[in-house]
Amino acid sequence: MAFQGVDFYNIDDLLSEDEKMVRQTVRDFVENEIMPVIEDAYQGAYFPMDLVGKMGELGVFGMTLPTEYGCGGMNNMCYGIAMQELERGDSGVRSFASVQSSLVMYPIYTYGSEDIRNKWLPRLAKGEAIGCFGLTEPDHGSNPAGMLTNAKKIDGGFLLNGAKMWITNGSLADVAVVWAKYEGEVHGFLVEKGMKGFSAPEMKNKHSLRASVTSELIFQDVEIPEANVLNIKGLKGPLSCLTQARYGISWGAIGSAMATYESSVNYAKSRIQFGKPIGGFQLVQEKLAWMLTEITKGQLVNWRLAKMKDDKTMRPAQVSLAKRNNVAVALDIARVARDIHGANGILSEYPIMRHANNLESVKTYEGTHDIHTLVLGAEITGIQAFNG
Amino acid sequence: MNILVCISQVPDTTAKIVINSAGNAVDPAGIKFILNPYDEYAIEEGLRLREKFTGTVTAVTVGGDSAKEILRTALAMGVDKAVIIKNAEKSDSFSVAKNIADYATTLNPDVILLGRQSIDYDSFQMSGTLGELMNMASVSMVSKLEITGTDVAMERDIEGGKESVQTSLPCVIGVQKGINEPRYPKLPDIMKAKSKPIEEFSPSSQETRVQTITMDIPASKRVGKILGDTDADIAEFVRLLHEDAKAF
Ligand SMILES: Cc1cc2nc3c(=O)[nH]c(=O)nc-3n(C[C@H](O)[C@H](O)[C@H](O)COP(=O)(O)OP(=O)(O)OC[C@H]3O[C@@H](n4cnc5c(N)ncnc54)[C@H](O)[C@@H]3O)c2cc1C
Repeated sequence: MAFQGVDFYNIDDLLSEDEKMVRQTVRDFVENEIMPVIEDAYQGAYFPMDLVGKMGELGVFGMTLPTEYGCGGMNNMCYGIAMQELERGDSGVRSFASVQSSLVMYPIYTYGSEDIRNKWLPRLAKGEAIGCFGLTEPDHGSNPAGMLTNAKKIDGGFLLNGAKMWITNGSLADVAVVWAKYEGEVHGFLVEKGMKGFSAPEMKNKHSLRASVTSELIFQDVEIPEANVLNIKGLKGPLSCLTQARYGISWGAIGSAMATYESSVNYAKSRIQFGKPIGGFQLVQEKLAWMLTEITKGQLVNWRLAKMKDDKTMRPAQVSLAKRNNVAVALDIARVARDIHGANGILSEYPIMRHANNLESVKTYEGTHDIHTLVLGAEITGIQAFNG
Repeated sequence: MNILVCISQVPDTTAKIVINSAGNAVDPAGIKFILNPYDEYAIEEGLRLREKFTGTVTAVTVGGDSAKEILRTALAMGVDKAVIIKNAEKSDSFSVAKNIADYATTLNPDVILLGRQSIDYDSFQMSGTLGELMNMASVSMVSKLEITGTDVAMERDIEGGKESVQTSLPCVIGVQKGINEPRYPKLPDIMKAKSKPIEEFSPSSQETRVQTITMDIPASKRVGKILGDTDADIAEFVRLLHEDAKAF
C-alpha cells in the first residue's frame, strides 16, 4: 500500500491547498520513481542518475528561488514538505536535493553576479547541471574556520590550492562552490568541472548514504577567473548556506522517521508471536506510542520553523534546535523500528536499516549533533563553549 | 482541437467510509478526497492531444466547493481552463451527465474525455449517457487512441483481450488505465494554478432518475489464514481455493 504519511495532530489543516498538493505530488514521485530503484542503488552504492533530470522536471531544485532564473518561486513550507517526502524515500536522495538547492543554488543566487546566476541557476534547476559544496577538509570538520585551502591573487583571477573531503556529489558536479581563505578571510569560489588542476575522486566503502556520492576535491594551482568569485567575505558565507540546508534536513529527518514508523506499525499488526500480533504487546505499543509522539513533536517544530522562515524571523539557533532534535529522534526511531522488525529489520525488504544507517551521517553532517548543542548552549548562556 | 475532460472527486482509496445518519449516502466528514484515478489518464490524454494538434483543454466537474481541489490539480497538470458546475444537491449519474452535456453544448468540443468509471460509485454510466445526450458516438475502456483528421482509431480492453474500433470526431471517450502514464504536476505549476481562475456555473438541471434508497458497509471480510509449507498444507490450500474461495 502506498505511503500515507503521519498526521496525528491534523497538521494538514495548517497547510494551504497548494502546499498539500506539493506534498502529494512529491509523495507520488517518491513512490513511483524512488522506491522502485533505491534499494538497488543503496546495495550497489551508486546514485540513481535517472533521478536527476526527473527531480529537475518535477521542480525540487531551487524551489524557493525566483522563477526568473528558472526556479520554483515557492515558499519555505513547500521546500520543507518536499524534503520531508524525499527523505521518506532515502536520505541520500534528499541530500542530493539539499546540496543542489541550499548549498549551491542558494549561494549562487545570493552572492553571485547576474552573469553567474544566469549561467548556472536555470541549468541547476532543471538538473542539467549538478553542483557540490566544499567546506569540510580532512583536518577541519566542526571547525571550518581553521581551513587550509587558500587562494592567491593572480592576473585576472585567483590561484586555488588545497583539498576538501566528504563532499556530497563531488565527483558528479559540474560546478563546485568552494570555500577558501584569501588574505586570511573565507571567500567562495566557483570551480568548474574540467578546470586544470581540479580533480574529485570518489570516496568508497561507506556504510551510510550508500545511494549518494561522496568525494574528495583536490585543487592544485587551479586558476579561477575573477567572475567566479562570490561576493561574500567571512565564515558567514558558508554558514548562511548551511542554515538553508539544515532547515531542509529538519524536515527530511521527520520524513525518514515516518517511513520507519509506518513500516513498524504495519509489521507490528501483522507479525504473530505467542498467538497474537506483536502490536498487541504492551512493550511494542510503548515503542510505537513513543515514535508517534516524537514524530508529531518534530512535525510541529518544522511547521513553526517554516512559518518563521517565511516571515523572515527565523534565527540560525532555531534551526540548530530543529536539526539536532529531529535527526536524533529519527535515528532513534529507526533503531527502535529495527527492534520491532526483529530479524526482518536487517533485510533490504524493509526500509529500516537503510534509513538507520543513512541517519548516522545526517547526524554528523551539517553540524554534528553536539556542535548544535553548543550553538544552543551559547544562545542560552551567552557563553561560547566551542573552545573548551 | 477543442478538448473537454470530465473529472470527478472521489474518496481516497484508503479512506474509511462511514454512512450518514439517513443511511443513504457517504458521510464526507473526515474523508480525504482525491482526483478520480481514471480521470488522471483522461487529463493526460487531453494534454497529449493538445500537444499534438494544439488547441485548448477544458476540465469540468460537477460538485460542491471542495471539488475545486481537483480542478487545481488539473490546472497544475496543464489544462487551460477549469469549470465547476456547482451542485451540492445529491445527484445521480444522469444529473451529472445532463449538466455536463448542457455545458458541453456551449463549448462545442471535438472530443470529450473521461475516466472509464469513478471509483466511488462505479456506475459506469457517464460516457454512455453523455454520448447519448450529446448525440455523439461513445466508446469506453479505451486503452489506445489515435486521431487522424476526424478519424478516431481506438483499442478497447475487453474480457480476455483487446478490441479495435473506429469512429469519428466528435465523440466521447472513456479511458482505461494503461492508455498513458499521467505526468506529475511540476511543483512551480502548482503555485501558478493557484492564481488561475475557475469558472463557476449553477446547474442547468436538477433532474435525477435514480434514487438511492439505502447504503450499507459490507460485512467485514473474514480474517486471512496462514498455512505452512508441508504437503498437507498445500493440499489444504488447494482445497480452500476450490471449496472456500471457489476460485475455480
Ligand atoms: C556522508 C557525508 C556527506 C558530507 N557532505 C559534505 C558536503 O557536501 N560538504 C561539506 O563541506 N562537508 C560534508 N560533510 C562533512 C561534514 O559536514 C563533517 O563530517 C562534519 O562537519 C563533522 O566534521 P568531522 O567529520 O571532521 O568531525 P570532527 O569535527 O572531527 O568531530 C568529531 C567529533 O568531535 C565532536 N566535536 C568537535 N568539536 C567539538 C567541540 N568543540 N566540543 C565538543 N565536541 C566536539 C563532534 O561533535 C564529533 O562528535 C559530509 C559528511 C558525511 C559523512
